[in-house]
Amino acid sequence: MSDASDEERAERRLYSIGLILSVVLTVASFATVTTGILPRGWAIPALIVLALTQIVVHLRVFLHIDLTRQKREDLQLLLFTVLLLAIMGFGTLWIMANLAERM
Amino acid sequence: MSAKAQNAHPGMNLGYGEGARKAEVDVFGFWVFLMTDLVTFGLVFAIFGTMVGATAGGPGPEEVTDLRSIAIQTALLLGSSFAFSWASLSMKYDRGRGRTLIFLSFAATSALGFLVMEFIDLRHLVEIGATPQRSGYLSALWALVGLHGLHVAVGLLGVGSLTGQILLYGLTDKIKSRVTRLGLYWHFLDIVWVGIFSMVYLAGVA
Amino acid sequence: MNEDAWTPIPGSGFDWNPLTGRLHWGDLKLLEVFEDPSINSFVASAASWIAVLAALAIVILLTVKRRWGWLWSEWLVSVDHKKIGIMYILTGFVMMARGVAEGVVMRTHQATAYQGGFLSNEHWAELFSTHGTVMIFFVAMPFITGFMNYLIPLQIGARDMAFPVLNQISLGLTATGGALVMISLVVGAFETGGWTAYPPFTGADFDPGPGPDYWVWAIVLSGIGSMLSGLNFAVTIYKLRAPGMTFMRMPVFCWTALCTSILLVFALPPLTVAGLMQALDRLAGFHFFTNDLGGNMMNYANLFWMFGHPEVYILILPAYGIYSELTATFAAKKLYGYTSLVLATMSIAVVSFCVWLHHFYTMGQSPTINAAFGIATGIIAIPTGVKVYVWMATLWRGRIRFTVPMIYMAGFFMLFVIGGFSGIILANPAINWQVHNTQFIVAHFHNVLLPGLIFGIFAGVHIWFPKAFGFRLHERAGAITAFLWIAGFSLTFLPLYVVGLLGYPRRSAAFEDPAFIPYMIVTLCGAFVLLSAFIGLIVTLWLSVRHRDELAVPLGDPWDGRTLEWATPSPPPHYNFAVIPEITGRDAFATEKAEGRPYVTPTEYRDIHMPRDSVAGVFVFLCTTAIGFGLTWWIWWLAILGALVLLGWMFIYPFFDRTDEVIPAETVRLANEAWIAAISLREGVDRDDETTPRNRGFAATDMEQAT
Ligand code: HEM
Ligand SMILES: [Cu+2]
Repeated sequence: MSDASDEERAERRLYSIGLILSVVLTVASFATVTTGILPRGWAIPALIVLALTQIVVHLRVFLHIDLTRQKREDLQLLLFTVLLLAIMGFGTLWIMANLAERM
Repeated sequence: MSAKAQNAHPGMNLGYGEGARKAEVDVFGFWVFLMTDLVTFGLVFAIFGTMVGATAGGPGPEEVTDLRSIAIQTALLLGSSFAFSWASLSMKYDRGRGRTLIFLSFAATSALGFLVMEFIDLRHLVEIGATPQRSGYLSALWALVGLHGLHVAVGLLGVGSLTGQILLYGLTDKIKSRVTRLGLYWHFLDIVWVGIFSMVYLAGVA
Repeated sequence: MNEDAWTPIPGSGFDWNPLTGRLHWGDLKLLEVFEDPSINSFVASAASWIAVLAALAIVILLTVKRRWGWLWSEWLVSVDHKKIGIMYILTGFVMMARGVAEGVVMRTHQATAYQGGFLSNEHWAELFSTHGTVMIFFVAMPFITGFMNYLIPLQIGARDMAFPVLNQISLGLTATGGALVMISLVVGAFETGGWTAYPPFTGADFDPGPGPDYWVWAIVLSGIGSMLSGLNFAVTIYKLRAPGMTFMRMPVFCWTALCTSILLVFALPPLTVAGLMQALDRLAGFHFFTNDLGGNMMNYANLFWMFGHPEVYILILPAYGIYSELTATFAAKKLYGYTSLVLATMSIAVVSFCVWLHHFYTMGQSPTINAAFGIATGIIAIPTGVKVYVWMATLWRGRIRFTVPMIYMAGFFMLFVIGGFSGIILANPAINWQVHNTQFIVAHFHNVLLPGLIFGIFAGVHIWFPKAFGFRLHERAGAITAFLWIAGFSLTFLPLYVVGLLGYPRRSAAFEDPAFIPYMIVTLCGAFVLLSAFIGLIVTLWLSVRHRDELAVPLGDPWDGRTLEWATPSPPPHYNFAVIPEITGRDAFATEKAEGRPYVTPTEYRDIHMPRDSVAGVFVFLCTTAIGFGLTWWIWWLAILGALVLLGWMFIYPFFDRTDEVIPAETVRLANEAWIAAISLREGVDRDDETTPRNRGFAATDMEQAT
């Protein structure tokens, strides 16, 4: 691939790093559960953190979300969506858990 | 990096004309669509969260989770996503439509493998009586996994359609913009899968 | 019952066959009255006869007048946002006829409902369910979507929507929902669980019949259409503004439209999810909202209102936008407090996602949660209050013309504030517990929907009808109609606050306390006033068409308008603007007039590319109606056929390159110069003569002093 421009090479590198990071994070997630190395009650928070990290990696690498100017619109859209989803998601869990408790 | 900085959407290489403007509008519109899909998935996740305990004496997370199969599915979907990004790169740097098509077909095959594995898993669930009619928990599980699977299947149709278009018309600006949008969809589905394998399967047996 | 035949709900008792599913001749309501004569069957059959005969009359009329080709090529396949907008508003109007008629029947029933009433419980329940569903989803939604469609591109200086074909598809999906609800009038029955259709009452265990399925598919399919509209509007406003039209120069209507679009995009998914889960429960035996096996019906209430509350702001924000344009234009003043209005709109949009629980304070969650959502609800009243002050300040010392739009505005001011206050009262969980599910709620939401939304729409119709059709609406008839609406509303719904506080429950077919009787008679009278107000609209339209020559305003600016749409002839050409305007300030057209340079002839014309006609909308309408009807009646082949055809089309569609239609620069030039020449021949009309035949749509501007 000697004809690849610098830019193309840089992008390939980025994608490869993304792939490797994803694999590492996925393996870590599975290992958390299969090996049971974490104390009880820590596994799920760990899984959440690993999943969120992996999602950020995917967004950055595969979906090209970054902090540069032309991507700002997409980023704002995404953040706004996440905000609303957080309101709806946590609201739901809060309300329903409370109802279950008071049943 | 300067060329990249000028290009509104990194998946394409369209310059600045009317075509690029149209593509920008289309891609932005597609992002908005993805966000509605994100909300949809997020809500189904939330409902799943409220129903984790609702097994009604039926099969629970332990019974329905086959971690080996889930790991393979994860690998297949990640591989598919990666292959798609390679297809986008070939398209962007004009490496010929042959290469683009080859990577697209890798992506499609891998995703097809994912669907087959998922289908086998679900059939197993039916065999052990873990049908969605059994309990609220299983209803939510089937809905979430099924919704994602359906999305992947529709994505495969999209690859089929685009492959035909590329063969017929080559990589025109319009088709490049479509490949870019399908790519976003593809990677988005992988993100949803990260949520599913972590929160539905792994957290279920953790 | 055929033992071998498989039915989706085993033992549900439906006689099922592969060809017609569970549909039989007996489901046709046309014949019900002959088989089993009673008041109920008479009302039901009469309603379905009216629907069928009205449809038949339209078909005959189109055939006799040889208008099918015209209907098809001028309207159904058009992707012009203006025509699509008009079709939305027409849909809303037609559906409103049904909604109002049902309202009057219900009022008549309630006036006789002391220890009874003439309708059966079942029939009464079906009435308020269809009425609510129709009014919210197929009257209010099409109205606001129609206005946004018509106005957004014109006001931001664009030629069409970002996705014109998608726009047509949205209309097709809305039509599907409307068609399903109308079909339910003739075939089978609608559900009885209100417009909210809460399970498990609407679940397969309690109501296995087709009614809830009609509701689900009408709502899910039209809901997808609304979501796509929101997407389309948002992207249009984001990406297609004319050069110089910065966000803070956009007309307020576009701001409200943008916020409504954002709400549509994010609030419709919960409804779709709730609807589809309900469908899975009913058709496939899932257990999302059932009583047994781990189902949880509270999830439904929660999902539904995550849509439902933003929905009320989806409906009211565009009306706020109309009121904003109205006050500025008809007081001949710059809008006071533009920035605060914009900020108020945006904060309403965000906060409206944080209050949904106030619709189910009584569901049993802890007081802490109720308090949290109660506070959020109180907060959302603030921006609305800001708006009312902004409008009043705009009117203050303006040169107000008390024409029809302003009459509606006055009614809105007086009545909407009452509705708003009752809303603040309801926001308090402790009070809410007392009046929940009473007529107080019915009074409250009609109070915000009618004087808030519907008055705004009708005021908007009076303002923009001349833009769309080239002639004004009849002033006197319009004014009488407006007063009828105001009086009718007050008589019908204000007494309900009282009976609500006295404890008359909502949605109840009968009442036991004779003290309610006088109130119910007043509201019955009010309902007839409302009916005559609705007829007044038709009369206004009819008179206007008859006198269209006197009322003609082809030059395009009958009200001394401030925003870009008035800088075009009436009706505007397909491509909206001969050349895309350069925007130099807020209220673009008013700025041009103030600087003394409206109607300049451009130095250069270019060819204009417009999207071509498309059959996509009609096609999607047919496929999705087949899917919805098939799933409702378990006619699987029909549903599968519809779905496969639709999927196949989506697969093949991109293979056909859509080319644009090119309008040559010369054509554009001729049309534009003819219009400008016509203007230069006339004197501008003074505001005092606005409603006289002297008004041809060229305004003598008198804004200089005022602005
Ligand atoms: C024009 C004259 C109207 C009349 C006479 C009328 C009458 C009624 C009546 C009698 C009810 C049943 C109240 C009860 O449950 O006890 C009702 C419910 C309702 N109306 Fe209206 N209404 C009118 C206009 C509207 C409009 C314009 C809208 C909305 C845009 C609307 C939306 C609703 C809704 C959402 C319900 C609740 C249905 C349910 O309980 O599920 N109505 N109306
Ligand atoms: Cu609300």
